[in-house]
This record gives sequence, structure tokens and C-alpha cells, in this order.
Amino acid sequence: MKSKKLSIPYILWMLVFTMIPIVMIGITAFKDTHGRFSLEPFAKAFGYTGVFMKSLWIALLSTLICLVLAYPLAYLLTRMKKSSQNTVQMILMIPMWMNFLLRIYAWVILLQDNGPLDSALSMLGIHASYIGNTTAVVVGMVYEYLPFMVLPIYTVMSKIDGGLIEAAQDLGSNNAAVFRKVIFPLSIPGVISGITMVFVPSASTFLVSQYLGGTDDIMIGDVIDKIFWTDQGTGSAISLVLMIFIFVFLVLMNLFGDEEAIA
Amino acid sequence: MRKNKIGIVSKIYIALMIVFLYAPIAVMIFMSFNSGNTTVWKGFSLKWYGELFKSKVIMNALGNTLIIAVLASLFATILGTAAAIGINNFRGKKRAIIQNVSNLPIISPDIVMGVSLMLLFSFLGMIFHFEMGFGTVLISHICFCVPFVVLNVMPRLRRMDQSIYDAALDLGCNQWQAFYKVVIHELMPGIFSGMLMSFTYSIDDFVITHFTQGARFNNLSTEIYAMLRRKIPPTINALSALLFLAIIIIMVLINIYERRAEKKAA
Repeated sequence: MKSKKLSIPYILWMLVFTMIPIVMIGITAFKDTHGRFSLEPFAKAFGYTGVFMKSLWIALLSTLICLVLAYPLAYLLTRMKKSSQNTVQMILMIPMWMNFLLRIYAWVILLQDNGPLDSALSMLGIHASYIGNTTAVVVGMVYEYLPFMVLPIYTVMSKIDGGLIEAAQDLGSNNAAVFRKVIFPLSIPGVISGITMVFVPSASTFLVSQYLGGTDDIMIGDVIDKIFWTDQGTGSAISLVLMIFIFVFLVLMNLFGDEEAIA
Repeated sequence: MRKNKIGIVSKIYIALMIVFLYAPIAVMIFMSFNSGNTTVWKGFSLKWYGELFKSKVIMNALGNTLIIAVLASLFATILGTAAAIGINNFRGKKRAIIQNVSNLPIISPDIVMGVSLMLLFSFLGMIFHFEMGFGTVLISHICFCVPFVVLNVMPRLRRMDQSIYDAALDLGCNQWQAFYKVVIHELMPGIFSGMLMSFTYSIDDFVITHFTQGARFNNLSTEIYAMLRRKIPPTINALSALLFLAIIIIMVLINIYERRAEKKAA
């Protein structure tokens, strides 16, 4: 029971399959196509600054929309009877168990030209294209990651001590004041971890924009995927920048929230 | 918290969110019964379901997904539980370093982990002459599963009373008996939820598999990806409908089981 030895297999495992691969990315990022030391990959990676910014913008927008949609939902959930809470929570979770690609593909079917949405709105005399633009990408992204925002906020909110709320009510607060002064401040850790859990995957995702976006909606994940098979140096350089950016973001978020809520 | 009934506006809001989450899936299931292979409705038919069961590649990919998920979660559970017990005996800086490295696969973006493992495997493949495939996918899945096991077992370990283990030794257990009957028993809920999380993440994974699968191996996600590239989607609708049905059945069963357990406890 006192033995540290039990962790040795895993420490070796991490060394080979976590540390070495990351070091290899670091090394590959400084090699040109002939394998010599070079800063060329970073010079090429710099050419994708626009894509990088657009990815961050799409991720930021998706995270904000998720937050706006999820916060009231989580709050309403905590106000329900315990049994209906469980049922509604299950109903909200079920779509998340569907395969990632199938969920995106479902939106392709729904939004495509002559698809259900297009046909329905055409009958009302509205003709437009709903797929192949940034809005469709953001909608798909919100759909993918909304439960990741609802769950942590709901978990933190439902753990709020009922005594605090009763105390506030006894001291003369109405519902709005209880929300503003008790529930909202105590729900912040959930919001922080929700933001982390939505922003990180949506900033680095690929495929969503390939299926739902137009030609200028390509995201940094798509670039890494496309480039890595032919030019590992530049692919590694972009990956390295992306990883460092995500780590800085996580550290910043950690400064706001407490560590336990993230895990 | 005081439970007051929620108003009609709130109910409409919840209903709208549920519509948002289910509408795309409903449309896809509806389309799986379409006899045509375009988006236009051409009449009811079950032919895509027939095609689905005849498709060797899909059945093969489904099999691969399940085998990888079972093996990866099993192996990750053993490795992770042992690791958690070991790490729990470290103190201070060493412990912090080990835990942070262990969390790396969770916090770093999937795609970065995918390409980094691809670099490693293609490098090792050149030296030892092997190709990426089942083995490399399995190793990669274990990589992102173990941290979840460690994270789930750790809190249980911290709460565990060391004296129970000592008591078992005093009462005549040898070290292995005490370990098995006390420690593992106490950690079981954490071990179980770690294994369950590993299993679901492994089943759902696309990104890591995409980069480590090599030329011939496919799991369900990468097979769907390939099918979407070749633009033969109607069977995918049928596949989605069946997967959705399976998920609903499993979730309802879990819910019934939990309610029974709650009633027993109460």
C-alpha cells in the first residue's frame, strides 16, 4: 500500500507515449523538408495567421452562444423536482452519445439546399442558402459542445447550499436578489470550467468547418490535418503554436477559477 | 433550495432547447426510411437497413470499435489504478509533476496529441519495420484513457482510511489479500467510473484514430469519415438511426437501474 513502485509502469508509459511525442513535435517544428535545422516551418506557419484568428473568433463566438443558452437552462434545471431533473438531464445528454461525425452530418442533411429547412422556408417564400457559411459552422459547433457547458454549470449550481438561499430570503431578498447575490457568484467556477470545456475543443476542432463552412471558413485544425501528411515541419510548428496558446488560455482560466472544478 | 414550480416561459425555453438538440437527429432518422438516395422524399423503404447489414466494411469497423474500446478501457483501468495508488504515495513537487504530465493528454487538443503520436509511430515504424494499424490505435486509445482512470480513482484514495488496510493485516490477511479485499474494494466505484469513461471516449474517438490508424485499419468513426468522402451516405442514415436506438435503450436501462438503487437506499 505504501509502494510507489505501482506507478512505475505508468511513468514509463507516459515517458514514451506522452513526453517523447511532444518533444518530437518540438524537434520537427525546427526542421525543413530536408531534415536540417531551420526556422522555415515557423515562417510558413506564419502564413496561416488569418486562419488562426478566424478559428479563435469562431471558437469564441460558439463559446459565448453556448454560455448564453446553457446558463438559463442549467438554472431552470436546478429549480425542478429532483426526479424531473434527472429525466431532463438524461434527455439533454442523449444526443451527445451519438458519434461526433454523425451529429455534424445530421446538420448537413438539415441545412443543405433543398433539404428540410430549405423546403419548409421555400414554401413560405423565403429562399436562401443555409450551409457553407460561418453561421452554419457556429451552429454546428454550439450543437456539438452545448452539453459541455450545461453540465459543469448545473453541477456547481445544484451543489449550492440551500441554507444560503433561505438565509438570503429570510433577510428580505426577493428571487432576483437571491440570484444576483448568491446563486450567480457561486456558479462562477462552473461557468469557468464550461468555458474551458467548450473553447479548447472548438478552437482546435476539424471537420465541422469542412462539412458546414464555406471555403473561407477553414479552421486551424483543418490546416494541420491537411498539411501534416505532406509537410510535417510546418504541421508541427502550427501544432506547437496551437498547444502553447491553449496552455496559456488554461493557465489564465485557472487564475479565475479553482482547480478542482476544471477536472 | 426552495423548489417552486417553473413558469410557462421557462418550460417553453427547455422545450426549444430539446427541439434544437433532437431536430437534426430526427431528420436523419426520417431520411433513413427514404427509398431514394437523394434528399428528396421518394417513399417509404427499408432498403438502406438491408444495405447496412450487408456492408462488410461497416460491420468490420463496428467490430474494431468495440474490440479497441474493450481492450483499451480494460488495460487503461489496470494501468491507471496501479498508477493512482503509486502516485498517492508521492509527496510535494514530484507528485505535482507526475500528475501534470498525466493530465497532458486531457488538456492538450486532440489533434496535437494525434499528430504527435503519428510522429512517434512513424519514427518507430521506420526503425522496427512495422506499419500503423490495430496496435498503434490501441496504444493511442490507452494513452487518452489512463488519465481519466487516474482522475476518478485519486479522490477515492484520498478519502480512504489507511487504518482499514492495517486492520486487515492485523486480522491475518497477507499483503495481497488486504490489498485485494480492502483497497480495491474501497476504490471500486472510482475504478468503475474511470473504466466507463474510458470506454465511451474510446468508442466516440475520431481524431486520434484518424492519425494513428495507418492505411488499412478503420474504426466506426473513420469509416464514416471515409464514407462521407465517397458520398454514399443513405446507409449512414440507417446506421445513425440504429445507433440512436441503442443509445436510448442503454440510457433508459441505466436510469431504471439507478432509480431502483436509489429506492433501495431510501
